[in-house]
Amino acid sequence: MTASWDQLPSRPTTPAELAAALEKTGYLADDGIATAGFLALRMHRPLFCEGEPGTGKTSLAQALAQVLDVPLIRLQCHEGIDASQALYDWDFPRQLLHLRALEAASDGKLDADAAEASLYTERFLLARPLLRALQESPCVLLVDEVDRADDEFEAFLLEVLSEHAVSVPELGEIRAEAPPLAVLTSNRTREVHDALKRRCLYHWLEHPDLGREVAILRSRLPGIGGRLAEQVAMAVRRLREMELLKPPGVAESLDWAEALLALGKTELDAETAAVTLGAVLKYREDADRAQNAGLAALLAS
Amino acid sequence: MADPLSGLVGFARTLRHAGLACDPQRVQAYAAAVEQLDVSSPVELYWAGRLTLCSEPDDLARYDAAFTAWFGQRISVSGSERPVMPQPQRSKMAALVSPPDGQPGVESSDDEELRVFASDIEVLHHRDIADLTVAERDHLRQLMTLLKLDPPRRTALRARPARRGRLDGHRTVRAMLATGGEPARLRHVRPADRPRRVVLLIDVSGSMSPYADALLRFAHAVVRRGPSTEVFTVGTRLTRVSRQLRLRDPEEALAAAGRAVPDFHGGTRLGETLRAFLDRWGQRGIARQAIVVVFSDGWERGEADLLGEQMARLRRLAKAVLWVNPHAGRAGYAPVQSGIAAALPFVDVLLAGHSLATLRRLWSHVRDPQLSARTEVSHA
Repeated sequence: MTASWDQLPSRPTTPAELAAALEKTGYLADDGIATAGFLALRMHRPLFCEGEPGTGKTSLAQALAQVLDVPLIRLQCHEGIDASQALYDWDFPRQLLHLRALEAASDGKLDADAAEASLYTERFLLARPLLRALQESPCVLLVDEVDRADDEFEAFLLEVLSEHAVSVPELGEIRAEAPPLAVLTSNRTREVHDALKRRCLYHWLEHPDLGREVAILRSRLPGIGGRLAEQVAMAVRRLREMELLKPPGVAESLDWAEALLALGKTELDAETAAVTLGAVLKYREDADRAQNAGLAALLAS
Repeated sequence: MADPLSGLVGFARTLRHAGLACDPQRVQAYAAAVEQLDVSSPVELYWAGRLTLCSEPDDLARYDAAFTAWFGQRISVSGSERPVMPQPQRSKMAALVSPPDGQPGVESSDDEELRVFASDIEVLHHRDIADLTVAERDHLRQLMTLLKLDPPRRTALRARPARRGRLDGHRTVRAMLATGGEPARLRHVRPADRPRRVVLLIDVSGSMSPYADALLRFAHAVVRRGPSTEVFTVGTRLTRVSRQLRLRDPEEALAAAGRAVPDFHGGTRLGETLRAFLDRWGQRGIARQAIVVVFSDGWERGEADLLGEQMARLRRLAKAVLWVNPHAGRAGYAPVQSGIAAALPFVDVLLAGHSLATLRRLWSHVRDPQLSARTEVSHA
């Protein structure tokens, strides 16, 4: 069943190998992330990633798909998401048109059973992300922000992820040749059910350390100088230590560095920081707090 | 190691004793993970366990400690000792029909006994919880278990079949199929509704101690009816007790919550604990569009400014913020304490909560936040 994953030429054999491959795509993984990704791949278990926003949960899935050279299929969860939005739906307008066409062609002698059978075929099946992942596997399936969905949806998700199959009443069972590599992310707005977590590998992502953040900045923004990258990483680190409503994540430090590059800066000074602070801090209260603490202190090396 | 598996299982058992949920399925995953990795590398060994045996951030520190103990210093932990928890007495839900102990003059006929008892219940509804005798408290507990506190509702994203509303393609096509493609009656859907989340923040500091037990029981009654309800205790620190209160039996739930809360009868640092709540839970989603009820007397020992700031934050997140102060039911009460004065501008409605009757009235405000808006003026 798992033959197709094993046949992938890019399949890593140790966590270190995976880390090296991820690094080539611009995702700098630490030991934890590399081991988590490696085990998820080897054990065919979904990877459940939790952590502060901006620690690289979603981009991990993107990087994994790139490394393994398989498609990335994304399911964004939200409150009230249900099976027809996640799994499949029927294309009703096209079914109606088809029915009308059949009727017109049959001169009023429409065979109801045959008509129904012709309506519920793959032609009118709209595959939503979960079904597409099963059909297109091997692939990386990103179930983003699973904590936003409802509990009933979790139970449904659990079933799909552990069986790697769904049954469409009108069509029968659709089973994945190889289980998709599933990455679930959560921001902990809600406690996710233990039964779902139990099926998964659990990884809590922290903000990267200073060295890694500098490396991330330099690999993602090739034009950035070493000095500026270090200054941005250091300042963001200090901001994270302050009691902010929303401590900046890696995405914010990337935004900030990009903003500085766009302004043609090679160094970060208090004045530049003051006008570009909006790239890192997204609350007025946070900006005030940073200003009061003194932007110069933030930048002092 | 002679048999690596027994070592791993022993480690998992240590973790279980440390409070992690290492069930057999997780241990199995752990063993499978170790098989995939290089066991001679401590780093890989560490991650194999952390990825398979932990399930929430609170687990990580305990895992780290256990890992050092088990693999680093090779301290053998005997697995048979398990602290024996005293079993809390199960409550009898139907105990209401038996009159409380020490009730004088109930030796008359059953009929009269019932009548006396019914009037007692009526009185008990309006008595200040702090002034109750032990027997009356016992009785109140039983009354609490009978409260039916259905959560407020909000519009859901999903729709349900209805006579009017948006066209339902799925059911319309089905109906047309049944008649061989003849135009059928159009089917419609309307937005359904779902329970709106209720968040209870219960002050368990010293000045609130006469009410803490009753309020937690009230919270238990709320949690039983509304599965998405979240309950936190505040005081000197923030404790989430939602999980403990989900136990069906009120006595077990209360005992579990009691064990979880470290700061019963301590001081009050509402501002700080509220900030902890908003940072860790509220802003991420728990308080968003929820009905938040703060049970506190507002005797703030910390900075009142901080409390005001955090209340403003809470107000922006929540659908409605209700403040319940047990002392507000007393004659001559005025909201002048530093804490409550700072919080008041951000509160939709200030209510008393000193008796069963006032707690029930509170619930009608929770069920209908518009009601709060209408009465806001009279309290401001």
